[in-house]
Amino acid sequence: MSAQVGLRGRAWFQALTGQNSPMGGDPASVLTADVRLGEDMALYLCVVPNPNARYPCVRRGEVGLEEAYTLARRVRDAVEQDESGRKRPIVAIVDVKSQAYGRREETAAVFLAAAAAADAYASARMKGHPVITLVVGQAISGGFLTHGYQANRILAFDDSGVVIHAMHKEAAARITLRSVADLERLGHEIAPMSYDIRDYAKLGLLHKLLHVENPDSPSPATVALVQWELIAAIADARAGSTDLRNRLDSEGAREMRKAGSAARARMEAEWVTS
Amino acid sequence: MSNTNIFPPFVARRSFIELSARERAQSLMDSGSWRELVGPFERIESPWLPEQGIAPQSDDGCVVLKGKIAAKPAVVVALEGGFQAGSMGEVSGAKMTATLDLAARDCQNGTTTAAVLLLETGGVRLQEANLGLAAIAEVMASLLALREHAPIITVIAGTVGCFGGMSLVAGLSSYIVMTPEARLGLNGPEVIEQESGVEEFDSSDRPLIWAINGGEQRVGMGVADELVVDDAERIAAAIQRYVKAGFPVVHRSQQVELYRNRIAALDTSKQFDPFSLRESWNNKKKEGVAR
Repeated sequence: MSAQVGLRGRAWFQALTGQNSPMGGDPASVLTADVRLGEDMALYLCVVPNPNARYPCVRRGEVGLEEAYTLARRVRDAVEQDESGRKRPIVAIVDVKSQAYGRREETAAVFLAAAAAADAYASARMKGHPVITLVVGQAISGGFLTHGYQANRILAFDDSGVVIHAMHKEAAARITLRSVADLERLGHEIAPMSYDIRDYAKLGLLHKLLHVENPDSPSPATVALVQWELIAAIADARAGSTDLRNRLDSEGAREMRKAGSAARARMEAEWVTS
Repeated sequence: MSNTNIFPPFVARRSFIELSARERAQSLMDSGSWRELVGPFERIESPWLPEQGIAPQSDDGCVVLKGKIAAKPAVVVALEGGFQAGSMGEVSGAKMTATLDLAARDCQNGTTTAAVLLLETGGVRLQEANLGLAAIAEVMASLLALREHAPIITVIAGTVGCFGGMSLVAGLSSYIVMTPEARLGLNGPEVIEQESGVEEFDSSDRPLIWAINGGEQRVGMGVADELVVDDAERIAAAIQRYVKAGFPVVHRSQQVELYRNRIAALDTSKQFDPFSLRESWNNKKKEGVAR
């Protein structure tokens, strides 16, 4: 895992946009920029750690109240601006530790903030914006549901520093009353429990695993490669449906999600319109 | 003298909380109008639990009924809090997603079909980890697609409450109905205590938990719509009203500017007092700022 969550996120945001600061009025933890990508102007969004954040429980790169509502605002602004024109691509660069674990956040209904961000991303997708997620580091739990998991296409680096999971290892071990070693062993046997991105890729949820050299410090050549992959994913998303069907129809899903497909097929068979 | 004179009304009421997921779902639909889809006798179970020495359940803790509510086409999807804390796995997630997708297809074909979600759930089923998280993302996507055509009503009755990723599903709903026993939040108190320390959240402090996550507070601060006592008839009556009402003027998860401003106005130097928050957010509702 990367030593510090969020460093990669910032590095890749900078490398892809040439910028390194939030938009006016936004918290320092949310970087957004409209930058040319191929034929398009694309909106890039990234959540990064802000050690001076107003909310203490988001200072290590968690997604909290301000982060979620800012993402929602920026995505909704782009959707409104493109209402009658070409729908710009939206690129979520993801390196998030988790959602914020704080009492302030719970009291102020962080569940709704997270829902608002997911709503914005999903609405953009349904209106025809290609929404592409690029996982460069961690994508954990509610942090990923808030920022990234509503995309048409998900790209991730094929690298040991990349982790997509429902809960980070130590917490999952405590809650399921297992040791971290047990959890790692189970992960090797049971693909959905694995913390290895190559096992995650087997589930058929990813559009593509990207092989990049030294993802901690992007070189011009790697940046060019990633841009090329983003452009390809955008074209693929534009050619496809605006729902998440591709995650169910993929080769990996047909292999690894047989029980889910069976449930879905039965539901369709038994459904009779009233 | 009849019994009604001797016993107070709550003695006669039928508890909703004490019902199973299946009974809850049945109690909300028009009598004789429903049938269960992909029921327990079809035995579509989690393939992941037995591998870990855990007994699966033949409906995977997810009950789907299709029928009518207030004489209008509707589906009810109920999560069984008694099975793996109502957690979402591959199969329960697929049942919920497929139901929402098919309801949306009916809507597009001219049969408006509302969805009622009974959420008693701790969120992702950790034994199915990444397939559970993916399932929740897919439920959210399908809910939003259906929400363009028909209202989605979430009911949180208790006692499990609605936590984790499934709290986002509640947050995307058109309406949320809660009992005073119910709780709604992204992170459960135990998780916050574990991650941020007991000084951040003492998970043994039950009054604090209900002051923050409880139904009275969530409705009081305007992030849920209606508080109903634990009475199956009254809950059914509330659901009928919302099915008949159709859409709210605006969905809460679209009110980005309102909530962004509210969050920006909070003094973060100390913990927030739940009661003051309720007063200030709800006052705005009276001013007509909220929906």
